[in-house]
Amino acid sequence: MASTAGTLDSPVKQIQIEGMVVLKIIKHYQEEGQGSEVVQGVLLGLVVEDRLEITNCFPFPQHTEDDADFDEVQYQMEMMRSLRHVNIDHLHVGWYQSTYYGSFVSRALLDSQFSYQHAIEESVVLIYDPIKTGQGSLSLKAYRLTPKLMEICKEKDFTPEGLKKANIGFEHMFEEVPIVIRNSHLINVLMWELEDKSTVADKHELLNLSSSNHLEKSLQLLMDRVDDMSQDIVKFNTYSRNLSKQQQQKHQYLQRRQQENAQRQSRGEPQLPEEDINKMFKPPQPPPRMDTLLIAGQVNNYCQNVKEFTSQNLGKLFMAEALQGHN
Amino acid sequence: MSVFGPVVKIHPVVLASICDSYERRNEGASRVIGTLLGTIDKHSIEVTNCFSVPHNESEDEVAVDMEFAKNMYELHKRVSPTEVIIGWYATGFDITEHSVLIHEYYSREATNPIHLTADTALQSGKMNIRAYVSAQMGVPGKTVGVMFTPLSVKYIYYDTERIGVDLLQRTRMTPGRTKGLTSDLSQVAGSASRVQDMLTTVLAYIEDVLSGKVTADNSVGRFLMDLVNKVPTISAEDFENMLNSNINDLLMVTYLSNLTQAQIALNEKLVLL
Repeated sequence: MASTAGTLDSPVKQIQIEGMVVLKIIKHYQEEGQGSEVVQGVLLGLVVEDRLEITNCFPFPQHTEDDADFDEVQYQMEMMRSLRHVNIDHLHVGWYQSTYYGSFVSRALLDSQFSYQHAIEESVVLIYDPIKTGQGSLSLKAYRLTPKLMEICKEKDFTPEGLKKANIGFEHMFEEVPIVIRNSHLINVLMWELEDKSTVADKHELLNLSSSNHLEKSLQLLMDRVDDMSQDIVKFNTYSRNLSKQQQQKHQYLQRRQQENAQRQSRGEPQLPEEDINKMFKPPQPPPRMDTLLIAGQVNNYCQNVKEFTSQNLGKLFMAEALQGHN
Repeated sequence: MSVFGPVVKIHPVVLASICDSYERRNEGASRVIGTLLGTIDKHSIEVTNCFSVPHNESEDEVAVDMEFAKNMYELHKRVSPTEVIIGWYATGFDITEHSVLIHEYYSREATNPIHLTADTALQSGKMNIRAYVSAQMGVPGKTVGVMFTPLSVKYIYYDTERIGVDLLQRTRMTPGRTKGLTSDLSQVAGSASRVQDMLTTVLAYIEDVLSGKVTADNSVGRFLMDLVNKVPTISAEDFENMLNSNINDLLMVTYLSNLTQAQIALNEKLVLL
């Protein structure tokens, strides 16, 4: 689903994030995102050579029902105007979103990222996984659409023929861009200060051994997706079966026609007019393949996450064994 | 010193924002001010967000863009409706007379606002972060003045915030102050090595005590007893069983996910034939 940026000639090879942006994203999810709702926001920054520097961000309010006429664009414009007054970079460079156990490959995300990338070539979407972060290590990934996928989205040609032409697989949909966190000297000083004064005990969630809860939920989501996928496959199969049946019928009809014409010729009667075959046999509608691609990408993502998680846990189990061995 | 008033709990996000807005200040401005947002409790005030407000300061007068402050607060309220204006911040070490004026303005916005100073110019070699609340002083009826009484400041973190701050702390070590995000087993290895470092320190201490270099401290000894007893004593068989079943579970899940990935790749190839 994601290939590293080194293989493609994208304009952005690396993302550099300020520490403050990371903290802001974490805080936004923590305060407003409980209960598997996604929180979103805009990233601001600038492009320096082949690096995309993200220097600030601001959150988007949630879509609530009583705010039907809430103007998102207006909110964004006002925010950016105000931030310009205080010398904050007001160049839009992307957006961020939180995810629940890694399920973010959806039509909505694709559409949003496409419109962003269409307008601004270097834009990225940052995916923040709060549950994985809660387990001990910051999980922040940056994705862009590959040029191939951009082409397809532009033409909106989601039929199987279109996708075959572009030769796209679910691995070539998104590309992941490596992230680097950078802090200014002043923030460094702040860090020293915090370490000094902080009285929080150092918890090591990363060494936590329990895994079944997390695994259960991940596998459940994986199963749901695989179910979706199998339904989709069934649809595609029926479509191809219908198509081949129709081809057969067309063939038979043509043959009968020819036979009849030959008979009539031999009898000297006028031939039957060639009717427009296509009007009689309307070809069945090919199912759009974009959803399948998305589902495949999502399944792949889940599998990757699960594998990462299991490899970590295996390591931890072996460590625990070593510890017990000395007892 | 006895402290009057509520405890101020600050999130690191706020401090990082303050430092950032100080770095981006206009030419000629010696300090930056802004609004603090947060929630008020019975005994504590929690500062969770902030934004900077443009202002001009000269010898005799100070001008703050109030319109801007109001506007920004409205925008912020749309995202987090529970945050209210609880005070304001300023960078710099001292409290000037202009501060009093600004504080007066903010006391119209919020009841009993707090004033936070962060010494970003590092005048005393450290970044002093202090909070104050204003109190009346002087002879009532005659000259009345305002005194800023200090409050105690604590830093609190959400769990995920702490992990984020942890990662940021590690940028201190590298030259160029950058740090990439690692994944997989290397993270576990990193965490384990940190625990190992801590254990080596403890071991060194014990060695010193045994060889008589340092006098033994009873409380430390009790902690050490706790530590050693924390490793649970399970019979070797039971532990073996638990370990094996866990490993089997994990291996099975790995196998299944590899299988699924192979399946979808196959499906892809077949469809695109």
